[in-house]
Amino acid sequence: MQIKFWGTRGSLPVAATAGEVRNKIIAALTAAQGQQFADAAAIEAFADQLPFAVQGSYGGNTACVELTGAAQPGDLEHVICDLGSGLRPLGQCKMAEFGPGKPQTYHFFISHLHWDHLMGLPFFVPIYIPGNRIVMHGCHPNLEAAIKLQMSAPCFPVEFDQIGATVEFDLLEPGREYTIAGFKVRAKLQLHAGDSYGYRFEQAGKSVVYSTDSEHKLDNRVEQNAFIDFFRGADLVIFDTMYSLADAITVKADWGHSSNIIAVELCQEAGVCRLAMFHHEPIHDDAKLASLYDETRRFEEITRDGRAPLRIISSYDGLTVDL
Amino acid sequence: MQITVSQYAHAATEINVVAPLGRIDQASADDFLMALNPMLATLGPDAPPLLLDFSGVDYIASIGLRALMVAARQAKAGGGGIGIAALQPMVREVFSIARFDLVIPCFDSVESAARELSACK
Ligand SMILES: [Zn+2]
Ligand SMILES: [Zn+2]
Repeated sequence: MQIKFWGTRGSLPVAATAGEVRNKIIAALTAAQGQQFADAAAIEAFADQLPFAVQGSYGGNTACVELTGAAQPGDLEHVICDLGSGLRPLGQCKMAEFGPGKPQTYHFFISHLHWDHLMGLPFFVPIYIPGNRIVMHGCHPNLEAAIKLQMSAPCFPVEFDQIGATVEFDLLEPGREYTIAGFKVRAKLQLHAGDSYGYRFEQAGKSVVYSTDSEHKLDNRVEQNAFIDFFRGADLVIFDTMYSLADAITVKADWGHSSNIIAVELCQEAGVCRLAMFHHEPIHDDAKLASLYDETRRFEEITRDGRAPLRIISSYDGLTVDL
Repeated sequence: MQITVSQYAHAATEINVVAPLGRIDQASADDFLMALNPMLATLGPDAPPLLLDFSGVDYIASIGLRALMVAARQAKAGGGGIGIAALQPMVREVFSIARFDLVIPCFDSVESAARELSACK
């Protein structure tokens, strides 16, 4: 199974500012001072070994994650979690690969109806191509209304009923197991304004949990146990680590998000292999996100307590993970 | 978990010191908060501040940090002083990663905490 992160930012799309790009250039030039490079390949090799926050970027698109399972013959079905602004580049990639001549089916699993998780749909080119089929899976009874709302005047110039693809809405029941596009899928209710749902996908002995926009109350042990069960033994858990623990339980309590500390603790208890930090705070620049990543790995290390190590990644736009 | 309570006199001001021992985790966080409750109840603008001597705590989980947040909030509401001192290096690291040094004042030693907390009064 392959997971591709197309959008990893929380709440609002962001872009690096001129000042941030300048700081990266200064850091790279400082590191290169006094060095000689024989050719372009040597320059590239040097760039690649610079810290990620200098040579790369976490990106700024909102939530959109693609799951690719084992290829089945004639299979033209795609599985995507959430319709954040990361869906726009995903759509361009699919258009480049399949063009308008080869109809595709896109299965979307919607965590919830907040705008950062829906805003990419009007810019997803495949919805304008007749022959394509879109299936929106979700647990919110008002899913269809919310998706249509953003493609109606005065929000957007194209009305929802003008798009070329066929669209179906599939209301899922939390806790029930479904088989969709070759994946076993189960949804779980999460604590978030207006409710959100996490999804656990399984295929060929591999499992991934997509759990974003989910607040965890430390004094609710019953719910914690329910999440530990939901995450149990997963190969990858994609988790909302937007805030620090202090913020999440004080000034930003009830804002519907979680922290790196809770992420590590729940994944440790559930025997998860890999944790992906996700729904990055839009205020944080690359340097800040990189230092949070280092701190989270350190926290896992000092709390490991004889358990197998939990591998931690901090997701970024464009990252692929093979399970 | 074992919790010892002692009084510590600094200059003219008294300070109550609570010294928990061991791990503050899922199994012990409730007991920890319960043991703190009578001390928290006495806190006020005219009462001695409460200091948690953490030199005997070798592990704290998020549920333990939550207990500290509750204690700090209660102390603040009553206008009393509260602080935490002598964290073991790893516990201090957890505090810093969780940004908990912003939730409850942290001091290097019981001695320096007593001095600062008394001065605040
Ligand atoms: Zn969100
Ligand atoms: Zn949300």
